[in-house]
Amino acid sequence: MTGEQFFSEIPLLAPELVLAVGAMALLMLGVFMKDEAKAASRVSFLTVLLLVAAGGAALFLVPAGGGTAFNGAFVFDPLALFSKLLITGAAALALELAGPYLKAEKLARFEYPVLIALAVTGMAMMVSANDLIALYMGVELQSLALYVLAAFNRESQRASEAGLKYFILGALSSGLLLYGASLVYGFTGATGFTEIGMAVAEGPSTGLLVGLVFVICGLAFKVSAAPFHMWTPDVYEGAPTPVTAFFATAPKVAAMVLFARVLMGPFGEMVDDWRQVVMVIAVLSMAVGAFGALTQTNIKRLMAYSSIGNMGWALVAVSADSLTGLWALLAFMTLYVIGVIGAFAVILAMRTSEGMVEQIEDLSGLAQSRPGLGWAMTAVMFSIGGLPFLVGFLGKLFVLYAALEAGLWVLAVIAVLISVVAAAYYLKVISVIWFKEPKVSFTAAPVGVSLIAKAAGASTVLLLPVAAVLFIHARTAGAALF
Amino acid sequence: MIDIGLGHYLGVAAILFTIGVFGIFVNRKNVIILLMSVELILLAVNINLVAFSSHLGDLAGQVFAMFVLTVAAAEAAVGLAILVVFFRNRGDIAVEGVNLMKG
Repeated sequence: MTGEQFFSEIPLLAPELVLAVGAMALLMLGVFMKDEAKAASRVSFLTVLLLVAAGGAALFLVPAGGGTAFNGAFVFDPLALFSKLLITGAAALALELAGPYLKAEKLARFEYPVLIALAVTGMAMMVSANDLIALYMGVELQSLALYVLAAFNRESQRASEAGLKYFILGALSSGLLLYGASLVYGFTGATGFTEIGMAVAEGPSTGLLVGLVFVICGLAFKVSAAPFHMWTPDVYEGAPTPVTAFFATAPKVAAMVLFARVLMGPFGEMVDDWRQVVMVIAVLSMAVGAFGALTQTNIKRLMAYSSIGNMGWALVAVSADSLTGLWALLAFMTLYVIGVIGAFAVILAMRTSEGMVEQIEDLSGLAQSRPGLGWAMTAVMFSIGGLPFLVGFLGKLFVLYAALEAGLWVLAVIAVLISVVAAAYYLKVISVIWFKEPKVSFTAAPVGVSLIAKAAGASTVLLLPVAAVLFIHARTAGAALF
Repeated sequence: MIDIGLGHYLGVAAILFTIGVFGIFVNRKNVIILLMSVELILLAVNINLVAFSSHLGDLAGQVFAMFVLTVAAAEAAVGLAILVVFFRNRGDIAVEGVNLMKG
């Protein structure tokens, strides 16, 4: 690679460079500011701007059409663009939600936004990875920042336990991923996805298959799909709520896009081998998500099981292995992120004069005491649960369509049956909100939080007429791989 | 005298990897042992990578191994930091004590 070529490829990395350099600069700013509280709020505000700037860089600074950099290790295509916009958007919203909570819990430290920015850098690398080494570096950059975020509340036993569990199981999953990557490298003789794809097309070997299964296991951990979901409920419950809101959105998008890119890209020729594995994981995830959630009393744990179930749905789209599948995956993930952000905005508004509460019972009579939040929670619960006729339903319908188009009708039928069970617990939350007498009285929610909750709630209806626009963009993004 | 070939290296790596995974699931005593198991898994991967690299005559595997080493160091640092926080809150680091949340 010549120097000239190297510099001509730099603009492709604009979003990552903005994020990485910005995160370092903000870290310095935070360290050198005397007043801690002021540093926290200023760095937090600047990080939101930074995330928006990174999204802008992906849209406007990267040369049209994208391309590959670093000998093909890094790729910028419409799929990367779509996911980067979704990731930076979700992260900015999650960070915006965090401010009031962190201040009230005396956790307002400038490290928080910096860690988010670093995690987002890792996610941006993940969705652009076109090489096993780039994949691993992206995953680790993301994970290392997330482990620390989970344990961000140093004084809390629960948070440090959540951090420890997440770290151990996350490190194990990275190990599985890496062991698989080493076998894939050994049996194809290359680390680049393009070369691996060529080697796979010549005929898969047993070693390659074993490697692929390990890679799938490692990635399934990262998207919290069953049977690798054990960490999810504990980490969601133990971590500070804004961290949970972040965990449930941006990292899931990044890992899911990576999942799809690896399986549909280099391993596209081996679809008959991996499809069964992914289908089993998808069915297990949906089942665990639906049945596990039924007995939960803690709203954060409920959201954890809901996220496991929804990742199962996303994997149904992955197992379709077609343009429609990827297209449905992206549309579904976008609508899912909007719903989850709304749900966590409501959860973050659940504050009484004594502190945060997080039992489902505490939502009793929310529709009477806070009609705005009550409506918002109802709408996002309907939407995440895929109940007709909000936008979340469109996402799931599209996933089913992709599965049917690929001839996976058994999988589609199972998905529908399980979603009937899953609907029960979403409806349970809604019935608590509407039909129970208010038990605790919440203090006024911070303006930003309640605004995001209501906007997300409204968008589940308002997006219906404009969903076509989203779907068109998702299709352009999906076309990158097919 | 046996010739040591690729298969032997892969065998050693597979055994180390298995020991590492079992160390995480079977160990009930000490969290530090979990961290050691994680390191064992990563080192098993490195043996794999270097063996393949030498077998294929391709340098990418060794470059990959250097990246893995670097990340393993960072991972150990983050892991120990979290463990210190955990110890300060709980007063011990027994695996059986990591049980505040269930269900």
